[in-house]
Amino acid sequence: MTLGEASTSLLGSTALLFEAPGETDLPTQQRIWVLAAEAETWPEVREAVPGINNLMIAFRRPPAKLDDILERLRSCWATVAPMPLHGRVIELPVTYGGPDGPHLPDVVAHTRLSIDDIVAIHSEPLYPVYALGSHPGYCYLGGMDPRIATPRRKVPVLSIPGGSVSIGGSQTGVSASAGPSGWNTIGRTSACFFDPVRDPPALLRPGDAIRFRVSEVIR
Amino acid sequence: MIEILSETPLATVQDLGRFGLLNQGVGTSGAMDPLALAAGNLLLGNEADAAAIEVQVFPFAVRFHEPCAFAVTGADCAARLQDQPVLPWWAGQAAAGDSLTLRRPEGGTWRGSRAYVCVAGGFAVPPVLGSRSTQLRGAFGGHEGRALRQGDRLAAGAPGTGNRPTGFGLVPPAFAMPLQREGCTAVRVLPAAEYERFTKAAHEALWSAEWKITPHSDRYGYRLAGPSLRPTAPIELRSHGIVPGVIQIPHGGQPIVQMRDAQPSGGYPKIGTVIEADLWRLGQAPIGSRIRFVACTWDEAVAAFEETERWAARVRRLAALHAERGT
Repeated sequence: MTLGEASTSLLGSTALLFEAPGETDLPTQQRIWVLAAEAETWPEVREAVPGINNLMIAFRRPPAKLDDILERLRSCWATVAPMPLHGRVIELPVTYGGPDGPHLPDVVAHTRLSIDDIVAIHSEPLYPVYALGSHPGYCYLGGMDPRIATPRRKVPVLSIPGGSVSIGGSQTGVSASAGPSGWNTIGRTSACFFDPVRDPPALLRPGDAIRFRVSEVIR
Repeated sequence: MIEILSETPLATVQDLGRFGLLNQGVGTSGAMDPLALAAGNLLLGNEADAAAIEVQVFPFAVRFHEPCAFAVTGADCAARLQDQPVLPWWAGQAAAGDSLTLRRPEGGTWRGSRAYVCVAGGFAVPPVLGSRSTQLRGAFGGHEGRALRQGDRLAAGAPGTGNRPTGFGLVPPAFAMPLQREGCTAVRVLPAAEYERFTKAAHEALWSAEWKITPHSDRYGYRLAGPSLRPTAPIELRSHGIVPGVIQIPHGGQPIVQMRDAQPSGGYPKIGTVIEADLWRLGQAPIGSRIRFVACTWDEAVAAFEETERWAARVRRLAALHAERGT
């Protein structure tokens, strides 16, 4: 199934996956957020879930025919304008390196940059939240400088603590709770990213942004 | 009040799942065999999505500290109330002090792997974000956000004697709606986004091989062993939403089927997805057993979904009939 250059595919009878064409960039992501908000108003849609450059549409129940919803996706994607950014910025103090950043030396080895350079490059940008996923409150962030991109670890770590700041390929992120990870942990921050009694429970939403502030560097 | 007597791990409180929070990073959780959980509840006059205990390691035992109607559904685990056998998929009445014991499911015409202990009114754990299912990664929901331990006490929503008709049961869906291919449990699959990017040999193997469920299989996902499935060229994907049933193929070529505790996003190539209506079959397939994938169409997937709804409707009617006779 193709919608112009975008494509859709089935996730069983539970959901549809809509994938936008082109490279990962913020304007495309801003259009994905608008498409998500629109799709959530459709009667057969239980939930619309932004990913990176894509959107999953989960059904309340499998619709008898798919043509209708595919046509709505097609016409909606053709017309949506990028969602303006909320401009909400959350600043997170980070301790880089030391026991809380055990894989910082691996990033040094891969990038051939110094610890100070890596910390400066990592704490420089404003990182827009592209999507939530993986585990409760976890954010996929855009905007990392490709100079500090480091491949995922060959052997995943069984558990890294909540608040771990890490680099996986060309992305960076912060774990919201303890769990397994294949990313390189370079530091730690303390923030409550998810609280089931808060409404909404996740601290951040797509369109918000994170800034990492250097609180300490352990060399 | 029901007390957990056994030390066996991995039993959790589940309902039919937590929906609408995938975009907060919260997976659905919920019963691995939703038909069994719903049927146990309907037998007792509960809502289909009331909370029950999902048992996956045996033996498992509880004590009723007050009289309570109960049902045991899912795998046939030769349950006993005190020294009396309890039929599978049957509503019974416990007296104060009675202990209910579930034993390891034995082979037979059908061998399941998960049993559900349902009680009148459901287990009265507080709902969190719209569900009573245990969210293990988030450590919330269910009983204190964790698996049950010896000594835990859970309240039933409607304990007592004689307020529910008991002493009747059901034909389990494994017999009412069997699906087998060449002696193996079969599940129907719709091709997913990267299907066409796998080799012809991978396609043939997917549909023709027997897939063994390895010991590295749990509520998060089933790791299968069989022929290696290879893409025609390496595939790199951006993170995207996934659902229980998605069959991912990591670099090693051995499939992983996402199950109820799966995280809501992923990035491995997807060759197909088990349809919603057949997830319970997979949820009951024991470690070490073999399954087969059967290709299906969208219309067949919709028809299968409707078949499970009709089955649940029949259970509801049966329970209502007994309720009328009981009064």
